[in-house]
Amino acid sequence: MSVSEKEVRYVANLARLQLSDEEVKHLGEDMNKILGFMDLLNELDTTDIAPLEHVVEMDSRLRKDEAKTPLSHEDALKNAPDADSDYFRVPKVIE
Amino acid sequence: MADLTTFTITEAREKLQAGDITLRDLVQAYAKQIEEHNEEINAYVFLDIESALEQADEIQKKIENGTAGRLAGAIMGIKDVICERGKPTTCASNILENFESVYDATVIERLKAEDAVFLGRLNMDEFAMGSTNEYSRYGAARNPHDTTKVTGGSSGGSAAAVAGTMANATLGSDTGGSIRQPASYCGVVGLKPTYGRVSRYGLVAYASSFDSIGPLAHSVEDVANVLQVIAGFDDRDNTSSQVPCDDYVEVVKNPNKKIRIGVPEEFFGEGLDEEISASLKDVIKKLEAEGAELVPVELPHTKYGLATYYILATAEASSNLARFDGIRYGHRADKDQMLDELKAEENALKEAIKNADDEEKADLENQLARLDAPLARLYKKSRTEGFGNEVKRRIMLGTYVLSAGYYDAYYGKAQRVRRLIKEDYSKAFEKVDVIVTPTAPTTAFDIGSNLNDPVQMYLNDAYTITANLAGICGISVPVGKHSNGLPVGIQFLGDTFQESKVLNAARLVELLG
Repeated sequence: MSVSEKEVRYVANLARLQLSDEEVKHLGEDMNKILGFMDLLNELDTTDIAPLEHVVEMDSRLRKDEAKTPLSHEDALKNAPDADSDYFRVPKVIE
Repeated sequence: MADLTTFTITEAREKLQAGDITLRDLVQAYAKQIEEHNEEINAYVFLDIESALEQADEIQKKIENGTAGRLAGAIMGIKDVICERGKPTTCASNILENFESVYDATVIERLKAEDAVFLGRLNMDEFAMGSTNEYSRYGAARNPHDTTKVTGGSSGGSAAAVAGTMANATLGSDTGGSIRQPASYCGVVGLKPTYGRVSRYGLVAYASSFDSIGPLAHSVEDVANVLQVIAGFDDRDNTSSQVPCDDYVEVVKNPNKKIRIGVPEEFFGEGLDEEISASLKDVIKKLEAEGAELVPVELPHTKYGLATYYILATAEASSNLARFDGIRYGHRADKDQMLDELKAEENALKEAIKNADDEEKADLENQLARLDAPLARLYKKSRTEGFGNEVKRRIMLGTYVLSAGYYDAYYGKAQRVRRLIKEDYSKAFEKVDVIVTPTAPTTAFDIGSNLNDPVQMYLNDAYTITANLAGICGISVPVGKHSNGLPVGIQFLGDTFQESKVLNAARLVELLG
């Protein structure tokens, strides 16, 4: 399989990245090189193999329903690029 | 007295308890070492010696009244991907340039409770994506054995700080070899615990089904000591295991020589430096002479490890790194500039439409209709400005292998091969206690020599990566030096929750001298 520049732009949009024409070209080349290397897996017949999702067997567990002190408002907003005293601020999205 | 910074934790602790030195002396010795060498080695990217001295004075009182924790004497640095409250956690990325942790990772809480002292934050590949520590916003860390060579990565700062005696123990994280490979390149001991053995709470996620936090130090005993403190169940990590921990330190103090060591042919073939191969075989022979039984084992799916890993890990990374959008934390692109650009693009398209023929017009109108909304553009611009090239490359790959039409061919396929790799190990561990392999195919190489070819860089992880795919534990321990003067490491892999066995084997190597 080979990735076209059009596909690179499509994937970049999905990944929320803005790429220059040069980056599209370079990333496309890199992706093709790496994906070519990944084609090695097609040597293997995995029809009857179940996908492995958890490397260590463990049961899902429920936690106790008890009140705990969450992160304070102040701490939660501390690293925000833009915030007022209660909320994260973002650019206006509704005209 | 010998230079205090060359002591292991165990040795420092004895001196402290005997009253020969104070913890302040110890911290000051490291501070001096850092002042003299860190500029060149570039292991630490943030230092807080003042608070380390304050910590030291508090703990000194406990040493004197006999209430100090088991890690009093551990002077540590922490990889810049593990949260320490009140200190920066940048993951060596521009996107987290100004981020300061608002809570302690579970491992930090536990180390503090046992009186470890923290000097600062350690260099790494951005978001732990890399094998050389060259993909860092702070520049490459340098190998203390030869500063023209890489440290390995991604926990390059963690390995270099120990090797350069700027800490007696550090924490790293290992997603595909990121503790063991730099430990090997820098000549220190590094352990990757079983998946779920050490809580990931407070570790910035790269690939959540692979990530493990583990210790690096001068000796196997020190590594065991730190592991003892950080291992164990934590209800804040949903994949944290409730399997009880062994007494790791006890195992290291009285190692068993009659162990069964699996030797997989797949790891000693093409691509491995001949001198490394010869010196590892020599070590293995000596272990046999001491009482170990050597058993040939087969791990036939090893050669598929790298391809499998780079599909699954990048897929997980693309999902994990979606959180960096410039809204709640991290870098945000300049809003006014972004809006101006968007307006200019809109105007340019409108102008072009006016002058276009019918064929072009449809395409341009389509482009205009699909122009980003301001918020979407803010995400894109913030992420694009904030992430480095290797991170972008992995996000792109991960997004691609998860995208409609390719999911089964790549992601689904890789999950199935992951099971085959896991089953190889399960079968092998029915016959043996540990499996021995090289840690890396070569010794540390020149800084800058691998940057242009991503596949070549990924090959450095060939021997470490399958342990993460199988979720098992592994350790790298030094076995002396190559004729080029650089350290060589040997790796022992153990089945899930068999950290005692890999520590035992590593200790036997240490005892060979």
